Amino acid sequence: MMAARTHKPWQVTSLGLLLTICVCVLGLTAGSHGFEWGLDLSDPVVRDIRLPRTVGAWLAGALLGLSGAMAQALFRNPLADPYLLGSASGATLGVSVALALGAWGGAYIAPEIHSSGLWVWRLGLTGAAFVGAWLAVLLTLMLANGVQHTLRLLLAGVVVGVVLGAFTSLLTASQPYLLPAMQSFLLGNTAMVNGSACGLMAIVLVLCGLAAWRLGPLLDALGLGEDTAKSLGLQVVPLRMLLLAAMALATATAVAQTGLIAFIGLVAPQLVRSQLRSRFVAMSALSAMAGGVLLCMADILARVLSAPQELPVGVLTAVLGGGYLMWRLRVMHIAGGDA
Amino acid sequence: MHKFMLLWVLCLLEPASHAVSVVDDRQITQDIQRAPQRIVTLMPSLAESVCALNACNRLVGTDNYADWPEQVKALPKLGGLYDASVEAIVRLKPDLVLAGKSTRIVARLESLGIQVIALEPQNLNDVERSLHVIAQALHLPQADAKANAVWSSAMSSVASAAKSLPAHVPGNTIYFEASTGGYAAGESSFIGGVMSQLGLRNIVDKRMGAFPQINPEFVVRANPHWIVLAEPMAQSIDRRPGWSGMDAVKSRRMCQLTAAQGHMLVRPGPRIGEAAQVLVNCFKQSMKP
Repeated sequence: MMAARTHKPWQVTSLGLLLTICVCVLGLTAGSHGFEWGLDLSDPVVRDIRLPRTVGAWLAGALLGLSGAMAQALFRNPLADPYLLGSASGATLGVSVALALGAWGGAYIAPEIHSSGLWVWRLGLTGAAFVGAWLAVLLTLMLANGVQHTLRLLLAGVVVGVVLGAFTSLLTASQPYLLPAMQSFLLGNTAMVNGSACGLMAIVLVLCGLAAWRLGPLLDALGLGEDTAKSLGLQVVPLRMLLLAAMALATATAVAQTGLIAFIGLVAPQLVRSQLRSRFVAMSALSAMAGGVLLCMADILARVLSAPQELPVGVLTAVLGGGYLMWRLRVMHIAGGDA
Repeated sequence: MHKFMLLWVLCLLEPASHAVSVVDDRQITQDIQRAPQRIVTLMPSLAESVCALNACNRLVGTDNYADWPEQVKALPKLGGLYDASVEAIVRLKPDLVLAGKSTRIVARLESLGIQVIALEPQNLNDVERSLHVIAQALHLPQADAKANAVWSSAMSSVASAAKSLPAHVPGNTIYFEASTGGYAAGESSFIGGVMSQLGLRNIVDKRMGAFPQINPEFVVRANPHWIVLAEPMAQSIDRRPGWSGMDAVKSRRMCQLTAAQGHMLVRPGPRIGEAAQVLVNCFKQSMKP
């Protein structure tokens, strides 16, 4: 493995905080006509649209970065990403079903749910994506017969992904009118994030962060190998269960609010790992920060590159993330190391 | 001798069949030898154009979505826009297939020896041009005059719909959301053209393309007089960040179409009069207290 640069955690943390502040300020100024430098927080457009959108993009990126760090620690594989357990295809199927019901009957949301004001369950597309992601993860767990076997989990995740993806394709083939709306979900879109969505994501980020903090020491032991961890007297099964639940919750929440955003969950932990090596708690916190900064940057580019039109944010995360991974592979190749 | 006489008579009886050449949207010139009698259409708007030209009785099959006029519904349904069944089409022995340009099976059908004209009308001009191409391809007598007649009657029904608009509406600005995810119908789209004919100003101008995905902030900044959207999107308006401050939302100048109306409006065909009428009714409806 390539030797990580020896940055101190506090150095990387302060860089992350600095970048977070920078992208948030930039995010507030990036409007539908390029950058508007005179920032006026009382302007309803800035307050009601750009602020939640920028904060929402950061939070969604942070959730994906955090769950990516969890996935890579759980599977002990630097190429694992949070969509591995089938949550992405589950969320996509959920959205396509909701859209299809809307297209057929126009009544996929019962009005009483709508007006009940239960904002946590703001059903509709967001709720459908969330429920779909959870159901897919549960299906994966059932197929894998629990959480004991990493390989079984991975295989089950792949199978669930393929099968649910096939159902989605069937649905969109029979209802071609769904295609543009599906595309907007598949490529990610932060345009509709509002204040309550930010609140929800912040709560989930805190909860999953607590789980990471609680599980950190155990995961560090697990990193030495399953047998070593068992011999140290660790309860591997409940630990994995909790980790999976936190991962699924973080991923489902982010995907439900912003759609399938590519690469953040994979690249953010890689980015952190290339700068320092530390314990899981620090790594996961920094991955969350890196994910937030990355998605925020991609979102700003998506807004300004062809304003007032928007580029799909997922295209930019894929280009940025893929570009970074390619560069890293090349560096490793030159250094003669292997991943 | 009798045989020669017979041949001579047959030659006389044979209708004056001269090949017609048309250029389709792939810029391919097609020579159509005889008037096609068994036509398959693979886009709803193409079936509508054929029927508007009074040649509905020559249709033998359509895609799954063609539903106008009524008699089209009884024809064999050959599949979706992108996945029509080659076998089902070939079995109908069509002498002409009218398909969208992006339909994958066009190449397959041509390799099986079926003549295909690919047309992809996107805006009002395209619809008018397609009517001419279809009229010529069908060997209609005075094809251009017929196409012109269909087009001008469609445009005059748009004009009469425009007349019934409340007086203050023409000149107003409008935002038309074409599908979930912030896709707008721009001025250069088909429905954008109908709205221009009604005298409305689209906030999404020609340079931005037909159905661009736009920043919702742009809509809030433009603060259009009217917002038009179809059923599933209409439910999310109140939850969209920043939209509650827009004049159109505050005074409920929002035109909510049913999903079926929405589909009809984005279908670029000869039913523009009907499309205009749907919009006009919708404006009137939403102005009732």
